Amino acid sequence: MKHPLRTGVFAIGGLALAGLYLAACAGIAAPTERPNRYSELADRLTLADRRITDVVTAINFDIRGFDTLGEEYILFVSVMGALVLLRQVDQKHERDPADARTPRRATGPSEAVQLWTLGMTGPTIVFGLYVVAHGQFTPGGGFQGGVILATGPLLIYLADEFATFKRIISYQLIEVAEAVGAGGYVLVGFLAWFDGQPFLTNILPLGETGQLASGGTIMLINDAVGLEVAAGFVVLMHAFMQSSLHDH
Amino acid sequence: MIGLQITVLLLVAVTGSAVALVRVPERQLIVMSLFGLTLAIMFAVFQAPDVALSQLAIGAVVLPLMALLGLVELRKRKK
Amino acid sequence: MSTVGFAVAGWLFVIGAYGIATSRHLVHLCLCLAVVQASTYVLLAVIGFRPDAPPPILVGIKPGAHTVDPVIQALMLTDIVVEATMMALLLSLIVQIDRGTGGVDPDEVDVMRG
Repeated sequence: MKHPLRTGVFAIGGLALAGLYLAACAGIAAPTERPNRYSELADRLTLADRRITDVVTAINFDIRGFDTLGEEYILFVSVMGALVLLRQVDQKHERDPADARTPRRATGPSEAVQLWTLGMTGPTIVFGLYVVAHGQFTPGGGFQGGVILATGPLLIYLADEFATFKRIISYQLIEVAEAVGAGGYVLVGFLAWFDGQPFLTNILPLGETGQLASGGTIMLINDAVGLEVAAGFVVLMHAFMQSSLHDH
Repeated sequence: MIGLQITVLLLVAVTGSAVALVRVPERQLIVMSLFGLTLAIMFAVFQAPDVALSQLAIGAVVLPLMALLGLVELRKRKK
Repeated sequence: MSTVGFAVAGWLFVIGAYGIATSRHLVHLCLCLAVVQASTYVLLAVIGFRPDAPPPILVGIKPGAHTVDPVIQALMLTDIVVEATMMALLLSLIVQIDRGTGGVDPDEVDVMRG
């Protein structure tokens, strides 16, 4: 389809969509007139029943824990898919001998960049661990802290040291860590079966509000998800870097 | 408070349009990183701190980095 | 304020779709898809927001108070994770397409080849 024709068809479709969308939005009532019973229940349950203060973490790992299990496996499977796709590219490319002698580029990142990135790696990892561990009572949790943790090794890569990056992250260990994180979630769910309860029931002692070890299985699932997300993103980044820089 | 939210929403609209209208991918991903940052600010202003943390790390760091590495791979092949 | 929010969400969707429709480079198309997805974030954020309500962290809030909708924030978290994974897979596929057909212009990619 030619470019102007396509834009014309899009204009018609876009205007129709905009009109219908605005008509739909006009019918949405103001927030105070549509109380959400589920949210009020979640607010009440979290402090009284689960003794943690971050409602979103409680919803993710306890009240709607099964959905988060599916979501974590979406991440796991798509990292696997990206690995498979990029590895294929890697294999086909290795047979090309001309690539083996590509010279290094003449200038790397400036010293300011190297100083800053290498200096910030430690604080980033500590901060990521803090965000994961405190997921029960401040904003944070498994996903958030996991992604922050994954940017730690990335900073090392940005300082133009792919060799150091590979050495530090120890690829086999990271793959095992991702699997442990993903499987750990399911295993924690199975813990409830030993008590005769349904899958993913919170059976561990709940602890006190405000302590690091509170929330029962929420804490375990939190840590497992943090591990899985961090390792998953590092594996993903490594696959992308490997396939685009395999002359190192 | 309402004025702040409206300002941030308009900022999101402007940066979103910029992402779509910049045609060159190498430049677009820098604007994408800025867009991710404004989205994170929007989440923070709308009282959603967990979501803001997530969006900040993913939308401003991981996404542009993956796009950039993909572009490096594509450019390498063109040589 | 909600009208501005809904309007911004709709605008992001339309401009992202326009970017996809008139794209000349597959990576550009991918990032415009991220803009379309961002319109859902804006919509969810505006729907979940309650004026003069604290965020869903129950420190120092008397029990029984209404916070900003936490269930919708859980939905937004899932949305963000799905976006990241979708982008990863799409970019890997783009690299494969370039390998298979030698081009990244959507108009010139010849998909149905032997």
